[in-house]
Amino acid sequence: MQVEEFLEQSAGRYPDKTALICGNERLTYATIEARCNQLANILLSAGLDRWGRVAIYTENSPETALGIFGTLKAGGVFLVINPTTKIEKLAYILNNCRASVLITTSKKLKEIGGLWPRTPYLRTVIAAGAGDASTADVGDKKLILLEPALAAASPKRPAKRCIDVDLAALIYTSGSTGKPKGVMVTHLNIVSAAMSITTYLENTPDDIIINLLPLAFDYGLYQLLMAFKVGATLVLERGFTYPFAVIETMQRERVTGLPLVPTISSLLLQMDLGQYQLPHLRYITNTAAALPTEHIRKLRTVFPHVKIFSMYGLTECKRVSYLPPEQLDIRPRSVGRGMPNEEVYIVDQAGKRLGSGETGELVVRGANVMKGYWELPEETSKMLRDGGFPWPEKVLYTGDLFTSDEEGYLYWMGRKDDIIKTRGEKVSPREVEDVLYSMPEISDAAVVGVPDQLLGSAIKAFVTLKPGATLNEQDVLRYCKDRLEDFMVPKAVEIRATLPATSTGKISKRALVLDGEAE
Amino acid sequence: MQDLKAQLTQFVVDNFLFGKANGFKSSDSFLDSGIIDSTGMVELIFHLENAYAIEIKDAELIPENLDSVDRLAEFVRRKQAVVLAEDPTHAG
Repeated sequence: MQVEEFLEQSAGRYPDKTALICGNERLTYATIEARCNQLANILLSAGLDRWGRVAIYTENSPETALGIFGTLKAGGVFLVINPTTKIEKLAYILNNCRASVLITTSKKLKEIGGLWPRTPYLRTVIAAGAGDASTADVGDKKLILLEPALAAASPKRPAKRCIDVDLAALIYTSGSTGKPKGVMVTHLNIVSAAMSITTYLENTPDDIIINLLPLAFDYGLYQLLMAFKVGATLVLERGFTYPFAVIETMQRERVTGLPLVPTISSLLLQMDLGQYQLPHLRYITNTAAALPTEHIRKLRTVFPHVKIFSMYGLTECKRVSYLPPEQLDIRPRSVGRGMPNEEVYIVDQAGKRLGSGETGELVVRGANVMKGYWELPEETSKMLRDGGFPWPEKVLYTGDLFTSDEEGYLYWMGRKDDIIKTRGEKVSPREVEDVLYSMPEISDAAVVGVPDQLLGSAIKAFVTLKPGATLNEQDVLRYCKDRLEDFMVPKAVEIRATLPATSTGKISKRALVLDGEAE
Repeated sequence: MQDLKAQLTQFVVDNFLFGKANGFKSSDSFLDSGIIDSTGMVELIFHLENAYAIEIKDAELIPENLDSVDRLAEFVRRKQAVVLAEDPTHAG
């Protein structure tokens, strides 16, 4: 099975059912199927190769969904880029995967004017939304205005060009070398993960799932993919900036599924939730980091009828584990066990399997495990290693330290590296430090995660200045905001005369973390 | 009202644009421009409640009240009028 068949099969079964609600738009499966076929035909006419990369750079919107399924129908590989990504990184990603098509909005075109001479592989720009895009300068690229092009294109489903072991998507994550890396995901990877997850969540066509997370984030992306897989309805929101508006939408649309990360749950729980009736809500899921026990207790009190799934995963295999809701009171700190059709185990440094109570690195096996990082064989070989079976098979070394109890339930203990988890997203300190070092006034920089009630970990930057340089914290933050996605911008900057050093002369991040915790 | 707008603009510029207005207008939508996200909104609400001695109810956390400096100013003015009406001693 291929991922676009999620849509095609649901459109066959439930053509008139609402598939997607976004703002004032309500689209049926038949409409989306027709539009995705039209977009696929536009992409094919524009010369998209089999496996050709199509970058989608939009806010959460129907066009994002259209871009994803249209690309797959044309035999391409989609990548959804966080809409707060700035031009430097956008150019890097487009060039890194040699994307030939960029789907964006007329509004965003204005912000990325300098992109065109820097992206030699990009041939076509598709702009959605009304505006003055028809006069926009896209350099030597071909500009296609989405709406008129859709109206003129055939809604006939194009012939298939791919099989399920072909690449379907690249999902870029923060890399430990400072450059983002593209997680290569096949149709089979997505179909396997979506099958396992929708099985344990017991999703049905009656589900109405609300998505508050960016579709560039795999947890957000899968809400769309899984809703279409089971023929459910997705309510797509642009974020969680106005919590009450979201609650109103949930009431109005009779939402049954609410995916959370701890930061959103924290924001939700700041409201007096007891006064809102959400009788249709069936389940809440949480991933990215364990929900604090206090959140679990409060959510259970205000939503006694709702099943709460505590989960854990990483982009490289989508999902690792989930805790069956009935286990939540018994072991609230656990993120559960491996999901259906997946094996997980904990190993020591030599790769030997460990027993319960011992701490080691978590390893994942299954059809959901990625193919590797795009054109990064060295980084790939660190994560994907031989599983030691009598047949050749790579397993995923997650870099996460875990322990398990006697019944095999998993407990997260920490990271092997210094990756920071903030607002549910992973940030490599190196990526932020590289931006800081590019600031001419800065001499040294170190970025650490410090505990934060709302964000899980907050990014804190420590810098020293070059002699004679004058700079304040605001200047540094502004410089970062102009270059980094919103979630990567440090929460705080501290300018110091010196940074603590280790015995080998490196900056001691440990000392800085301890400083941060003491505050 | 102009003073209030200027104060609120200053707060947004200081805290979310880190000191440089860069063409920011009081009518700009926070959501469309991406200036304030969900965690920024928490800071903004905290500031409004403290700086203007108002209490913001959950049901008021909607874009109609909060999604630009113009809307914020109008919202704060309305809320302050209610505080004054309920407790005239605040006036002095």
